Amino acid sequence: MNPLKKRDLAIALAFLAVLAVLPLALGGSRYLLSVLMNCAGLSLIAFGVWITFTIGRINICQAGFALIGGYTTGIVLSRYGLSFWVALPLSALVSALLGAVVGSFILKLRGIYFSMLTICLTEAIRLAFLNGGDFTQGSKGITGLPQPFGGDSALPMYYLSIVLLGLGLWVTWRVHYSRLGRIFRAMRLNEDLAESFGTNVWRYRVTAFAIACALGGLGGSYFAVFTQSVYPQSFTVEHSIYYMLFCFLGGLEFVSGAMIGAFALTILFELLSQFQQYQTLIYGVLMIGVILLLPNGLMAIRAAKEARS
Amino acid sequence: MSTPILEARSVTKRFGGLTANEDVSLKLDGPPGQVVSVIGPNGAGKSTFFKMLSGFLKPSSGQVLLHGQDITGMPPHRIAKLGLVRTFQETTIFPDLTAMEHVSLAHQLHREASDLEVVLGLPRARGDEQRLGASARDILELMELGSAADTAARHLPQGLLRLLGIAMGLAARPQVLLLDEPYAGLNPEETNRAVAITRKVAASGVSVLLVEHDMKAVMAISDRIHVLYFGKKIAEGTPEQIRSDPKVIEAYLGQEDEELGL
Repeated sequence: MNPLKKRDLAIALAFLAVLAVLPLALGGSRYLLSVLMNCAGLSLIAFGVWITFTIGRINICQAGFALIGGYTTGIVLSRYGLSFWVALPLSALVSALLGAVVGSFILKLRGIYFSMLTICLTEAIRLAFLNGGDFTQGSKGITGLPQPFGGDSALPMYYLSIVLLGLGLWVTWRVHYSRLGRIFRAMRLNEDLAESFGTNVWRYRVTAFAIACALGGLGGSYFAVFTQSVYPQSFTVEHSIYYMLFCFLGGLEFVSGAMIGAFALTILFELLSQFQQYQTLIYGVLMIGVILLLPNGLMAIRAAKEARS
Repeated sequence: MSTPILEARSVTKRFGGLTANEDVSLKLDGPPGQVVSVIGPNGAGKSTFFKMLSGFLKPSSGQVLLHGQDITGMPPHRIAKLGLVRTFQETTIFPDLTAMEHVSLAHQLHREASDLEVVLGLPRARGDEQRLGASARDILELMELGSAADTAARHLPQGLLRLLGIAMGLAARPQVLLLDEPYAGLNPEETNRAVAITRKVAASGVSVLLVEHDMKAVMAISDRIHVLYFGKKIAEGTPEQIRSDPKVIEAYLGQEDEELGL
């Protein structure tokens, strides 16, 4: 196994192990658990953005697909009274299918053009739900969604979030470190060469995007039951940009990068909660700083040191 | 008469007012395993012609047929599937992947497992990796790259990278292999080795069509040569015929005789 992959695996497993035993140490503090649950959900969504980075596209519509997943769950639970265990995979599926349809048109674009279009897409999806009439309840949103677990303890919900985080990590890991991930990289580095040995570049781009959207939908569905509600404002352009920042901060060379970035930034902001109103400003400065000083993210710091020595 | 392996019929390509290829025809017939070259001074339209054969450019008019099937304007990956594959001069796609991994990846067309099976790591995907890995090793042996199989591409010298590019083309198991200036930038020793290996590839039954500047190599290796000049084909024949063709000599006039191999 190549040493970078080994390190990635070690970090990912250690991280999940810590998350699994942490509630014992925290003694069931609802606040601390909810911070971690928030981080886990955000990581899940950010994995999708990370996958679209591997095909060389900067995806700023992930919040839109999380919103689609959230509303799918909200509608299925409130209107049809189905179980969350049906709604969860269904949300991922709906997001993936819509992602595949939209992606097959917009993935021809690259660079700044793709990014601009995806920003607009996040906004368009938000507006669609805002103006969805009775079906989506407009700006009132869908509230009072039941949680999948009864009882007082937050622990079952916490472990659900960790299981979903593990699932997202596993999917991203399997995609990236398999033949599929190598094809994605080949397309990013030299599209013509990949096509010359028979790769249907268009099909693989749509596949990557659909996987990304499925992860977004899964995360949206999880947040809908975690917060027991979904509003058009639940996932906006701002969130899309945060997911991208999580990937930058964690690093694009490691699958665990998106997760590390999401936890690091979200926890940092819980600690600095009195500066909450400056969050966007600080994120902006941070993004510029990360791109200038840490182009490969936090996880590459050690690798860079080793390369220098 | 049997269907030619590859045929270009009056292919023309215009870019705005510029005609890069005008009415170029080429026939690759006879037994498979021949080496055919397309030569011409800089700007003669060789690369444009190549791109049209392999689907990277769509001709303005004319037709390209592979085994009698019209492939004009098809996307490159479909043409590759039908048996015509081109190589590039730039071959490294992953500096950190080994030669072996490059060739195994280029077997894209020959995997059996679906994408889902690959992601889930199911038996068929694992079988693919073994089977394609073995095939990649065979190709590397043929290309005399066996000893470099486990070296990362960024540590390979230019000459071997060029061979790796051809190896990746072979991984698609083509009937016709288009080589884009395979000997450019190589030293004489590397060129000799690459020419000998190209012969071996052809002898394995793959027809080779190449665009090349190195006249000595072209004259030594080709069964047939086509000459392009300002977008038009001015001559076609065996190396001996080309060498003594007055039109070719005129086209190359002013250039060193040595370059033409006179």
